[in-house]
Amino acid sequence: MTTPVLSVRDLTVSFPSEAGRVDAVRGVSFDVGQGRTLGIVGESGSGKSVTSLAVMGLLDDNARVGGSVMFEGQELLGRTDAQMSKIRGNGISMIFQDPLTSLTPVFSVGDQIVEALTIHDARLSRRAAWDRAVELLRLVGIPRPQERVKSFPHEFSGGMRQRVVIAIAMANNPRLIIADEPTTALDVTIQAQILDLIKTAQRETGAAVMMITHDMGVVANIADDVIVMYAGRPIEQAPVDTLFADTRMPYSIGLLGAIPRVDKSEKRPLVPIKGSPPLLVDLPDACPFAARCPIVTDACLTAEPELVAVGGHADHRAACVRAEEIRAGRLGDDPVYPVPEVPASTLETVPRELRKPTLEVENLTKTFPLLKGSFRKKKVGEVHAVKGVSFDIREGETMAIVGESGSGKTTTLLQIMDFAAQDDGDIRIVGTSVADLQGGRAERELRRDVQIVFQDPVGSLDPRMTVFDVVAEPLRTVGMPAADVGPRVDELMDLVGLDPAHSDRFPAAFSGGQRQRIGIARALATNPKLVVLDEPVSALDVSVQAGVINLLDELKVRLGLSYLFVAHDLSVVRHIADRVAVMYLGSFVEHGDVDAVFDDPQHPYTEALLSAIPVPDPVVERGREHIVLTGDLPSPTDTITGCAFVSRCPLFQTLDENERVACETKVPALSGRTGVHVNACHHR
Amino acid sequence: MATDSSMVDPLAEGEPAPPVAAPGDRRRLSKWRLYSRRFARNRPAVAGVVIFVLLVAFALLGPLFARYDHVELDFLALSDPPSPEHWFGTNNAGNDLYAMVVVGLQRSLLIAVVVATGTTILSAVIGTAAAYFGGRVERVSLFVIHFLMVAPTFLLLAMMSNDSGGDWRVIALVLILVSWFFQARTIWTLSLSLREREFVHAARYMGVPGMRIVLRHLIPNIGSLLVINFTLGVVGAVMAETGLSFLGFGVKLPDVSLGSLIGIGSSSISSAPWMFYFPAAALTLLTVSMALVADGLRDALDPTSAAGGRA
Ligand SMILES: Nc1ncnc2c1ncn2[C@@H]1O[C@H](COP(=O)(O)OP(=O)(O)OP(=O)(O)O)[C@@H](O)[C@H]1O
Ligand code: SF4
Ligand code: SF4
Ligand SMILES: [Mg+2]
Repeated sequence: MTTPVLSVRDLTVSFPSEAGRVDAVRGVSFDVGQGRTLGIVGESGSGKSVTSLAVMGLLDDNARVGGSVMFEGQELLGRTDAQMSKIRGNGISMIFQDPLTSLTPVFSVGDQIVEALTIHDARLSRRAAWDRAVELLRLVGIPRPQERVKSFPHEFSGGMRQRVVIAIAMANNPRLIIADEPTTALDVTIQAQILDLIKTAQRETGAAVMMITHDMGVVANIADDVIVMYAGRPIEQAPVDTLFADTRMPYSIGLLGAIPRVDKSEKRPLVPIKGSPPLLVDLPDACPFAARCPIVTDACLTAEPELVAVGGHADHRAACVRAEEIRAGRLGDDPVYPVPEVPASTLETVPRELRKPTLEVENLTKTFPLLKGSFRKKKVGEVHAVKGVSFDIREGETMAIVGESGSGKTTTLLQIMDFAAQDDGDIRIVGTSVADLQGGRAERELRRDVQIVFQDPVGSLDPRMTVFDVVAEPLRTVGMPAADVGPRVDELMDLVGLDPAHSDRFPAAFSGGQRQRIGIARALATNPKLVVLDEPVSALDVSVQAGVINLLDELKVRLGLSYLFVAHDLSVVRHIADRVAVMYLGSFVEHGDVDAVFDDPQHPYTEALLSAIPVPDPVVERGREHIVLTGDLPSPTDTITGCAFVSRCPLFQTLDENERVACETKVPALSGRTGVHVNACHHR
Repeated sequence: MATDSSMVDPLAEGEPAPPVAAPGDRRRLSKWRLYSRRFARNRPAVAGVVIFVLLVAFALLGPLFARYDHVELDFLALSDPPSPEHWFGTNNAGNDLYAMVVVGLQRSLLIAVVVATGTTILSAVIGTAAAYFGGRVERVSLFVIHFLMVAPTFLLLAMMSNDSGGDWRVIALVLILVSWFFQARTIWTLSLSLREREFVHAARYMGVPGMRIVLRHLIPNIGSLLVINFTLGVVGAVMAETGLSFLGFGVKLPDVSLGSLIGIGSSSISSAPWMFYFPAAALTLLTVSMALVADGLRDALDPTSAAGGRA
């Protein structure tokens, strides 16, 4: 057997902190061979990033690192910064989550690629280096590379910057590429491009890849071997197919059970993992997952389980005392995780047309003026953020809007929340038109009926207010008598699954998922009819997401709520929504019942979007055809005469001259089975 | 100076502990314990606190030990150097300097605290309200702020306080009026980003009235900045008042402040140096101690400061 490119043994990393020593990585061992891809998955704080930083020698000075990291037979730990940067320049490349921070804003992208090239090969002439830079940009799919090579990073979109980073990563002909969540900040269609690109880069250079991610779908898509990390340790390690087919460790099982799937329509409740990961300070000698494990036994608490081979395969290892009992996620005949029950709605039997509408939006439009000049701002154009969007939501219904970032989802929500009067349209909330609102009183009255839950559970709660005050604020605002506020807050805390006794704490004392529950409790305080949710789970870890999604499902049924749900994660949408609208550049391109849209996508953009999502199943994933869109979302300042999607449309490429004319000159309107499934494409 | 990040509560963004104690969980440090621990690690800042407390004790308890009242004249001791009878010596009219320094310190402290409080409140309300409401409120506030920044405020101050006849309350008011706007501008800039935070949006969409949002959400979230501003404000006010009184525009006899004492003392520095040195020493101790405290507070409250990361 050949020696692996990277070989890590018993890696440990700890940091001093106010609360004591944080053991961020506690014994990680793995090999990555040439041309292989190792996926490392785990929740936030599980030590994935620290592991990769330790390999690259980029940890803070206060970190204490132990163990061994061998790169092509040489030990990397204990090297000086100067030695490390030489090694890195000569064979290790890295791709980080945020492409902006890894590019220097004051140099052109060409300069930065050339720099990487000349570090690797000092004899390369300047000319040749520039030519190679252009070639690399072409390879990573930057259009018109000769011109763009002189551009600065801020002139590129997020996806293009990440492509530049990959070009730089390829420049020094690496033997090892370390990618830390390279696609997390990007949209799914761009994610598909980047994953393909990383595979291309790997093929071109024959490098070993270490791919760090929290997305099981990405792992299924790209990895050969997988390590699942928890509380700073690998708890299951196996080839990708084995891991997905024969999961042994309850945490990995939970991780897989907690994600909704875009390719399955059945609406069974997701299986959340209760609780949150332990703090990495003074961990007891027990299974770190014990507090959250549904099948914990006394043996789990006596010592921390070793990572040992299971099922008779040397390359499948798990750290669980009951791993041998567990087969493919089941313990005997029962699933490891009991499936929670979600009540069925009585409203579901009432046909949609007979239910009362809670929100009606007609021709919603929003234009932002484009200003230029720092002293006297002159209007130089307009940004059409939302262009004539219409839809309605009935009682007990969830409507989802999906689309890439910049497509106008959040603007649509905020227009509704702002009660923005429309010039040539209307917003009606439970029958009241916002145009008829006179004065602050009437507005406040209407605000009772519509409440919002934000994306960021940290940012949406005032850190200086106790949870009680946070939840009580809407109650006090509507003038509820002080005596009734206390009981109502307790009731709400109970409703969202939090202990009312904890309401005198500050938000910082709660985990992300719990904070999002507080946000939901606050939104429900005034008994609204409609709750607007702006990416309510995208900031949460998958295992926590499941619990929040189940809660939303349950509340909808119990309280007869309607949801307007904005998300970019189509798997979550498929799970939670009844109806869905796909948004592109400010307009709906497809709109209809969720199963109709997902099972039979009509618009080429919807098709591409659905195919871009990696499915957490390596076998299915390998057989799937991904439609990779070229290019990015066009700028919303451009005036487009025909179909907005024409610049990226795969269908357009297959059309003949005559058919193309319509795409380029006429704006397609939504057509199809009205109210059930409509799309905006001339040719579908 | 303070950036947005300095306003971040170091624990708020950090590793949150779930309230339900899991094995291996430890009770997290309370925010205030963390702050005080970091503050206590800063030796000079602790020294500053000690000096300041001693000075305040001196101002409050000093009269108990005084043998003379500060307006009382001892004709047997004119321009006497420090002696067992007159610890700090006397001036040419026979006033006991110890009594005068105690009273002067009291007066200076009072002015400083009133001015720092007033400035902090005024700047916080105007700065955050301008940022939150935007539009006309913002334009008018910024116009006033920018006007005051370029106006020759010290002259204004001298003229106005000269007319006051040395009443310390008028001087305090004038000092507030000419010093709030610098802080208001910093707070305005900071609040611009605070205004876009989701919890502020959330409150607005709940229908919470604007001024309530300013008072309940914006101001508490710049709390640590306000604490630092207040401390620095004390230093600034003491200096400004001293300057005014030294030049003769401030507190006038029979009332005394450290500034007026230094003003009188400096004219006789060669013949009776103690008349200058004692009030000047009190003043130096006061400003230096507060500056040290302000520094320590900034390090303790700011998670990005160098002292913060050290365990
Ligand atoms: N410089 C540092 N000083 C102190 N503690 C640190 C430092 N860097 C990381 N940690 C701690 O190490 C632990 C593991 O962090 P790490 O960044 O590896 O998690 P992760 O798995 O990459 O999570 P995410 O999915 O959020 O990126 C965390 O508890 C974190 O707070
Ligand atoms: S060792 Fe015990 S507690 Fe840990 S995962 Fe296995 S069964 Fe659960
Ligand atoms: S109208 Fe033309 S360009 Fe637009 S989606 Fe349909 S085929 Fe593509
Ligand atoms: Mg990370």
